[in-house]
Amino acid sequence: MTTTDLSTTGRAQRQRRRLGDVLFAAGAQGSGILILAILAGVAAFLILQSFDSLAANQANFLTSSEWDANTREEPSFGVAALAFGTVLAAAIALVLATPVAIGIALFIVFYAPRRIAAILGYLVDLLAAIPSVVYGLWGIGWLVVQLAPFYAWLETYFGWIPLFAGPVSTTGRTMLSAGIVLAVMILPIITAMTRDVFLQVPQSHREAALALGATRWEMIRMAVLPFGRPGIIGGAMLGLGRALGETMAVAMILSPSLVISWFLLQSGNQTIAAHIALQYPEATGYGVSALIAAGLVLFAITLAVNMVARFVVSRRKEFA
Amino acid sequence: MSATKLSAPEKTVPPRPLAPSLGAKPLPALFPPTLLAGVALVAAGLLYALGWWNPAVWAIVTAVGYMVLITAASALIENRRKAKDRLVTAIVYTCFGIAMVPLVSLLWTVLSKGLVRLDGYFLTVSMNGVTPSMDAGGAYHAILGTLLMTLMAALISVPIGLMTAIYLVEYGQGRLKRAITFFVDVMTGIPSIVAGLFVVALWILLFGPGKTNGAAGAISLSVLMIPVVVRSCEEMLRLVPNELREASYALGVPKWLTVVKVVLPTAIAGLTTGVMLALARVIGETAPLILTAGSSAVAINANLFEGQMMSLPVFIYSQVRMGGVINYERAWAGALTLIIIVMLLFLAARLVSHFFAPKTR
Amino acid sequence: MAKRIDVSGLHVYYGDFLAVEDVSMTIEPRSVTAFIGSSGCGKSTFLRTLNRMHEVTPGARVEGKVLLDDQDIYAPDVDPVEVRREVGMVFQRPNPFPTMSIYDNVIAGYKLNNRRLRKSEADEIVERSLRGANLWEEVKDRLDRPGASLSGGQQQRLCIARAIAVEPSVLLMDEPCSALDPISTLAIEDLISQLKENYTIVIVTHNMQQAARVSDVTAFFNLAGTGKPGKLIEIGETNKIFTKPEKKETENYITGRFG
Repeated sequence: MTTTDLSTTGRAQRQRRRLGDVLFAAGAQGSGILILAILAGVAAFLILQSFDSLAANQANFLTSSEWDANTREEPSFGVAALAFGTVLAAAIALVLATPVAIGIALFIVFYAPRRIAAILGYLVDLLAAIPSVVYGLWGIGWLVVQLAPFYAWLETYFGWIPLFAGPVSTTGRTMLSAGIVLAVMILPIITAMTRDVFLQVPQSHREAALALGATRWEMIRMAVLPFGRPGIIGGAMLGLGRALGETMAVAMILSPSLVISWFLLQSGNQTIAAHIALQYPEATGYGVSALIAAGLVLFAITLAVNMVARFVVSRRKEFA
Repeated sequence: MSATKLSAPEKTVPPRPLAPSLGAKPLPALFPPTLLAGVALVAAGLLYALGWWNPAVWAIVTAVGYMVLITAASALIENRRKAKDRLVTAIVYTCFGIAMVPLVSLLWTVLSKGLVRLDGYFLTVSMNGVTPSMDAGGAYHAILGTLLMTLMAALISVPIGLMTAIYLVEYGQGRLKRAITFFVDVMTGIPSIVAGLFVVALWILLFGPGKTNGAAGAISLSVLMIPVVVRSCEEMLRLVPNELREASYALGVPKWLTVVKVVLPTAIAGLTTGVMLALARVIGETAPLILTAGSSAVAINANLFEGQMMSLPVFIYSQVRMGGVINYERAWAGALTLIIIVMLLFLAARLVSHFFAPKTR
Repeated sequence: MAKRIDVSGLHVYYGDFLAVEDVSMTIEPRSVTAFIGSSGCGKSTFLRTLNRMHEVTPGARVEGKVLLDDQDIYAPDVDPVEVRREVGMVFQRPNPFPTMSIYDNVIAGYKLNNRRLRKSEADEIVERSLRGANLWEEVKDRLDRPGASLSGGQQQRLCIARAIAVEPSVLLMDEPCSALDPISTLAIEDLISQLKENYTIVIVTHNMQQAARVSDVTAFFNLAGTGKPGKLIEIGETNKIFTKPEKKETENYITGRFG
């Protein structure tokens, strides 16, 4: 190659090469912008399509619990019971899953022999890979049968607590069952996040604690948990987001009714996502539009939870 | 930029008591397992004698009994701090045990109940002309639908996701990059049913109400798949050492060719693995498909753009909704098929990352 | 083939931060010029401006002129990609492409640019470049093995072969031996003395003995003070710099009083 003049040979080739660079960069950037557009589109289309039914709605959408939308005239529907059920199911799942997830993460990072730890981590990931519909099938086909006698026992001895008041559902298809299955589903999410922050605890912090003569638990309490707290919170929030939006497990397990009920051992309550999945195939008239409006509420709730979660997690990154 | 990967931390060894003369004699190493076995045996005997035998109750009694006894023993023989440490250790092990219960029971029930009906016949016939309680029919149409819709979703998501990851790693800066990163994270959290509703709303706008087909299902799946692909591809591209990019630039290679011919081939194993895992995630999605591809198709339909299309997850769901004994058998067989497909994807991801990884010898 | 480099009044900035201040020097063809100086004094940064590699870092920019045989490489119509073809570079850590065989690594400069080579042509380039990098005898029987299968010193010579395969006129080396053991270092140093027959070579090194051994001209860089930009303190024939430098700072550095 005997290029004596950079600019002249450069110019001819540059046109072609720059074109490649420009097109490629534009393609990459365009894809990124497309993602933003899709997200905006999700919000925009849902809002647009829900207008129709919301305008015709006779009831207050946010405070009413009835669902009489499959008509062309005077529909009346509201999401109050659905939103309550959604939050209740997710809360049960979160309360059950978070402590166990922290325990598992501690086990994998600090307790399990190192060789086994990798395999155990893999097993937890396996839990995450199982489709939600299979969880639903397992819940309805196996778990509720096992849980029904336990619920009877719970009612006998703890029925004085309002949450566990009877009459107990004999099928086991209750809010608590749905919550337990959701807990299993979000367990790997919270575990993965928590495990990651535990792994990031600086070796020096841990050694400093051990050098002071701390036991393993004292080391964890002194050095690991304070450092990992934002990660645990963030992980739990992500799990919450997933539990809020989970459809199938609830749709298959819960025997629903549109009431606001605190009785976890009785059948009743319903979540937004499950309601949409169950109602959609039969929706007529304003039905579809009303379901889209309900979906919009779900979207808003999960969006808020996820944004807070991401914020908590990213703040940790900045200060870590 | 160097690939900072955290290695698994050293297993922390509890500090040896500095002054054994102070009376803190540690429990022998064999004491905890022996105690556990003892408690388990006693609990089993007790429950049998009382006629309350039940594996779950037995496990709970054993765990609680062990926790109480080990704490007490440690508090008496060692000291209170040690006792607390031993209690927490027991709790942490129990947590792990708790997590294994659903995994093992789920895999076991799906396997034992699924094998009843999973055979060549089930995999090769559809539900066309089969009434719900008829001892016939299979999931061929659902498997076909699942594969077609997932494939189309992949064809949409992989280019968009990969290009976005390339933008974020190689080009992006400033506010647009931060916005995309943030909203990709947000998008990861979109409930799957909302992705379905989005396509429903879009389809109503484009084609009028009531149109369901495989393409709609595929698009709703790609809404869910794109952020997963972006995340994993981004992570993999960041692992490519900057030195290789510099080596390429120093040879007078333009940026885009550097990305295409150096960065992507170096990361190919990780990229493929990431895509496979994303596929494994969306292949089990049910809710959006009920809304977009329909839940009542019974016949084989290989046309993504016309008519309802069944998929394995929706097949399982609709069989459960019918509720009969044979329907449940079909659902279990479908679930087993689905899990096998997911596991195959996992396995393929493993193999790919093993065989595509840059060779050093 | 080898070209002269004329630098005049060059400043390097990272954003608003002035990293290297006002460097002017002439680098003769068919010679080895060594840049020495303490860490962070801007010698590597300056080296990278000679083939516009600094532009890879966001926010980095230069003011001033760099002439390659009378041609300003910073002229507005000059393509940096073209400059880098003319001015090759070897890095601190050997970085063969892990996805390519030894053979493909050598002709990477052609392959990555989608230039088609006839098999005979490619064979000839590979052999010539590997011979030029003193590596041919060691690898000629295993050209299809991955580049990463070689030892560190061999990998670095492979990278040199890769750089000279595209026939540049200047070869920049950024601490090419700092990741290598003494025997591999010796092999690279021998190679440098051979390569200067055909190329203009600029080498950044932390090792003063190495500078003394391989270079004809030595340039000493230093910081003007803490937080201040790096500066060229003195440039001259290697002998002279190491025996009777003109500046006190240079003498202090050479005699090991600091840095």
